Amino acid sequence: MTIPFYVPPEQVMKDRAEYARKGIAKGRSIATVEYAGGILLLAENPSGALHKIGEIYDRIAFAGVGKYNEFEALRVAGIRLADIKGYTYGRNDVTAKGLANAYSQSLGAMFTEQLKPYEIEILVIELGETDEDNRMFEIGYDGTLEDKRRFCAIGGKEEELLKALGERYRPGMTLAEAVRMSCEVFEMVEKRAIPVEGWEAAVLDRSNGRRSFRRLAGDELRQLREG
Amino acid sequence: MIDGPLPAIGSLLSPVPAASFSALLTANSLTPGLTVPPGQHLGGLPAPEATTILALRYADGVVMVGDRQATEGYSVAHRRMQKVFPADAYSAVAISGTAGLAMEMVRLFQTELEHYEKLEGARLSLEGKANHLSAMMRSRLPMVFQGLVVVPLFAGFDERTGRGHLYTFDVVGGRYEEEDFTATGSGGREAKSALRGSYRPQLDESEALGMAIKALVVAADEDTATAGPDLRREIYPTAVVVDRAGYREIPVERVAELTRSVIGGMA
Repeated sequence: MTIPFYVPPEQVMKDRAEYARKGIAKGRSIATVEYAGGILLLAENPSGALHKIGEIYDRIAFAGVGKYNEFEALRVAGIRLADIKGYTYGRNDVTAKGLANAYSQSLGAMFTEQLKPYEIEILVIELGETDEDNRMFEIGYDGTLEDKRRFCAIGGKEEELLKALGERYRPGMTLAEAVRMSCEVFEMVEKRAIPVEGWEAAVLDRSNGRRSFRRLAGDELRQLREG
Repeated sequence: MIDGPLPAIGSLLSPVPAASFSALLTANSLTPGLTVPPGQHLGGLPAPEATTILALRYADGVVMVGDRQATEGYSVAHRRMQKVFPADAYSAVAISGTAGLAMEMVRLFQTELEHYEKLEGARLSLEGKANHLSAMMRSRLPMVFQGLVVVPLFAGFDERTGRGHLYTFDVVGGRYEEEDFTATGSGGREAKSALRGSYRPQLDESEALGMAIKALVVAADEDTATAGPDLRREIYPTAVVVDRAGYREIPVERVAELTRSVIGGMA
């Protein structure tokens, strides 16, 4: 009979966290920035078909970095939960806070119970009735839940992006200003120019009606960027 | 409505995609409220009925119009009921029959279309939407035997063919595409005869709306369950159009104006 080696739980958790962090560090980053009347979600994503940013519900968007299959499964689960909740109760009862808590609980449980942790970080963004009511939640691979304001970033270059956004962000920007500023910050952090096809961008905008999510296609993004 | 607690998000992580939102509800033991226990019959219990709805094709798309009355036997149950709804950005659905169940069916249908669109990143084709509604009709067949009949109309603009399409359904889920116009509900027959006399292809939007409202006024004249425009209470029919730009509800002021000119012309 073989006796398994004893591995202290601290070590198990440390190894898992390291494994997850390594996976996430490889991924390209995503930033979100508030502007007057909406929230911009911007990612560097050369693929035009595999999205990192998606619509969850009327005023809620999702963004994920890391392993595509893992955050895609989380996106789908989020849409399912939101649609079930909205159908059961009312459309206003679906909130980013509820969804972020659900993700957090689930990722936390999976991190401790499963051998392989999810190599992802996700954002749940909600457009409020006013700019003051906007919500940004960041959820980590181990279920860590953080509440952000004004702007946030996830992915390999999170720290650098947050620092640069902190220096350049100012309240009440127009969408075009927010796009220009965010693209410049990305390029500065990455230390290279990114062509217009290399971006994935979307907005939650109050002018879009009930479903506030809208993707910014190539031409529109180019126009916004070049002014 | 839904019966039972909401699922945990972890249980929704299954990589196997659910075929539809209804399938997702069923998989999570949440049955949508479209069924009554088998073997039971509503009998003489009062359940309001939604009456006349109609739709017609015109040059740029489709027009859909519904009266505002729900009846309970020989009484008026509601005077301001809405029977025409957006199904998604490019289609509209209207209902006749048992009102409570029909409205729930619309809500489920709307959720289904949006759910699919968000998951797949693309809207269902217009035919796909019509087929899905047809499947929903078929799945509620047991309720038809219990006397709870719902008959919808579905119309939309097909972004691929670049034209409007109209679909009617029968109680067993049969789906029929109509070329020109259609109507259903208690005043449907009268509305159809009115349209048959005046319809021609390539109408413009105002002509089509006027014709649709006129058909509704005619139906209300002949059918007790259908309400014509109520000028005293300012209750006007619901009118919507779906064209290249998508679904659009006609503002009540314009419907009122069209109604007055239609009634004026009838004398």
